[in-house]
Amino acid sequence: MTPALTTTEPATTSAADAAADRPAVRLSHVHKSFGRPGAATPVLDDISLDVAPGEFVTLLGASGCGKSTLLNLVAGLDRPTAGDIEVPGGRPALMFQDHALFPWLTAGRNIELALRLAGVPKAERRAEAERLLELVRLGGAYKKRVHELSGGMRQRVAMARSLAQGANVLLMDEPFAALDAITRDVLHDEITRIWAERKLSVLFVTHNVREAVRLAQRVVLLSSRPGRVAKEWRIDLPQPRRIEDSGVADLSVEITEELRGEIRRHVQH
Amino acid sequence: MSSTDTTTLVKDPGTDTASVEAGLDALDSVQIQRTPLGEVLRQKVLPPVLGVLLVIGVWQLAFSLELTTPDKLPSPADVWSSLTDLWYEGTLFSIIWTSVWRGISGFVAAVVIGTPIGLLVARVKPVRAALGPVLSGLQSLPSVAWVPAAVIWLGINNSAMYAVILLGAVPSIANGLVSGVDQVPPIYLRAGRTLGATGLAGARHVLLPAALPGYLAGLKQGWAFSWRSLMAAELIASSPDLGLGLGRYLENQREFNDMSGVLLGIVLILVVGVAIDLLVFSPLERRVLRNRGLLVTTR
Repeated sequence: MTPALTTTEPATTSAADAAADRPAVRLSHVHKSFGRPGAATPVLDDISLDVAPGEFVTLLGASGCGKSTLLNLVAGLDRPTAGDIEVPGGRPALMFQDHALFPWLTAGRNIELALRLAGVPKAERRAEAERLLELVRLGGAYKKRVHELSGGMRQRVAMARSLAQGANVLLMDEPFAALDAITRDVLHDEITRIWAERKLSVLFVTHNVREAVRLAQRVVLLSSRPGRVAKEWRIDLPQPRRIEDSGVADLSVEITEELRGEIRRHVQH
Repeated sequence: MSSTDTTTLVKDPGTDTASVEAGLDALDSVQIQRTPLGEVLRQKVLPPVLGVLLVIGVWQLAFSLELTTPDKLPSPADVWSSLTDLWYEGTLFSIIWTSVWRGISGFVAAVVIGTPIGLLVARVKPVRAALGPVLSGLQSLPSVAWVPAAVIWLGINNSAMYAVILLGAVPSIANGLVSGVDQVPPIYLRAGRTLGATGLAGARHVLLPAALPGYLAGLKQGWAFSWRSLMAAELIASSPDLGLGLGRYLENQREFNDMSGVLLGIVLILVVGVAIDLLVFSPLERRVLRNRGLLVTTR
């Protein structure tokens, strides 16, 4: 068990030394408002946040904290009103709560389309798609149609498709929220394994405290309306963890208390 | 459960996850079964055949009861003999082919013109604001209304026929594509953009395939409009240059007061319309919907 632990810890130390001041994602004083100038509603207020190469960060917050807006900004789907966002490794991959697989393509072809758009030569695409399906333990699913797969399998194909982009930053927008508990547990194990194997930098958005603690090296709590960084926790519990571990549970109680405090501030007097 | 408990319970969490996962996959997989041929025949083919037989039966009954004179309502057998007459004269297929060829080539031209118009209207806001209402309006205009105009502009010839087909079919094809594009779930476009499918690549790999079901529905309606407009044009415009098509045949038989010929003309026009739908559009549509898991098998 102990040697396995050391291998699942992200091997970032050597890479991090070289690129110590080059985080995988850097948000500096990011503001985002929606609406007309003058009557704009602020959604994100002065967010500064770094994700180190190979780091797994979860963003935690109640409704209205702008979690999804934040990920859209990092993904380049939207621009901040003020502030800077740097993603030195190029366009990050983004996974949604909805698998967003294209139903007119088979599972394998979905991955091949991502490879094609990432510029992988035609001759290599099929083999690479098969390799990625193997990675998410869906070796035989190349020819399966999306509607023939279960919810968990769809999210694993979506994960493989995200990895096909070749990005080293993976953004995840509540990707497991619609799954049943057992499937979610299994996918937690999978994302932890793949994150370690591929040395990914992950920014994972969730409103599930235990999930945040189960997965992350660092949990960032956002306040709501507007979203601000309220508090951060480093999680030093060894991976692989389980969601029912006592360490996970203890820290979850503490973080939940903070989250409830944040929510209480919004009571109208 | 503490983490040490987990360690003793589960020797290797990696293979444990893998086996649980494999079990879940096996339990949750959706089994797709195709309906056996016998059931398809019984449920899908038999009822319409019975329906047609019923119509012919009622028709025969009306004839036998002499509800009206035979020159107004000939028997099914009379219409059948009109058909065999045409067959022995050797003109049956040339009549059908004249119209079908015109219909198909006009339809293809309508697809070529209507598709880019539909894309522009769907994706370019000012174009949509300007042309959208015009297209919808044109769609509700019966294309027979264009026949006199087409005849004055182009004369009584094939060009006038094609003009009427285009004016009838282009708006429905364009509108079909517009509604197909409108119904594309935004999540696909978002997913496409994160994968790097923007601009033309986005249209080709995401937008158009996603809009295909709506587009196909538009094509199907476009064909129906092409066929109807063509028949109307052939009925109204008469010239030896046009050759003998189904619409012309129908009008000729009316002039000869040959009711069985008129009924035969109607039946042939109907059969061609239904046949193209059944042989071309329905299989295409079913295939697209089945591939996407949108076809619910009723049982």
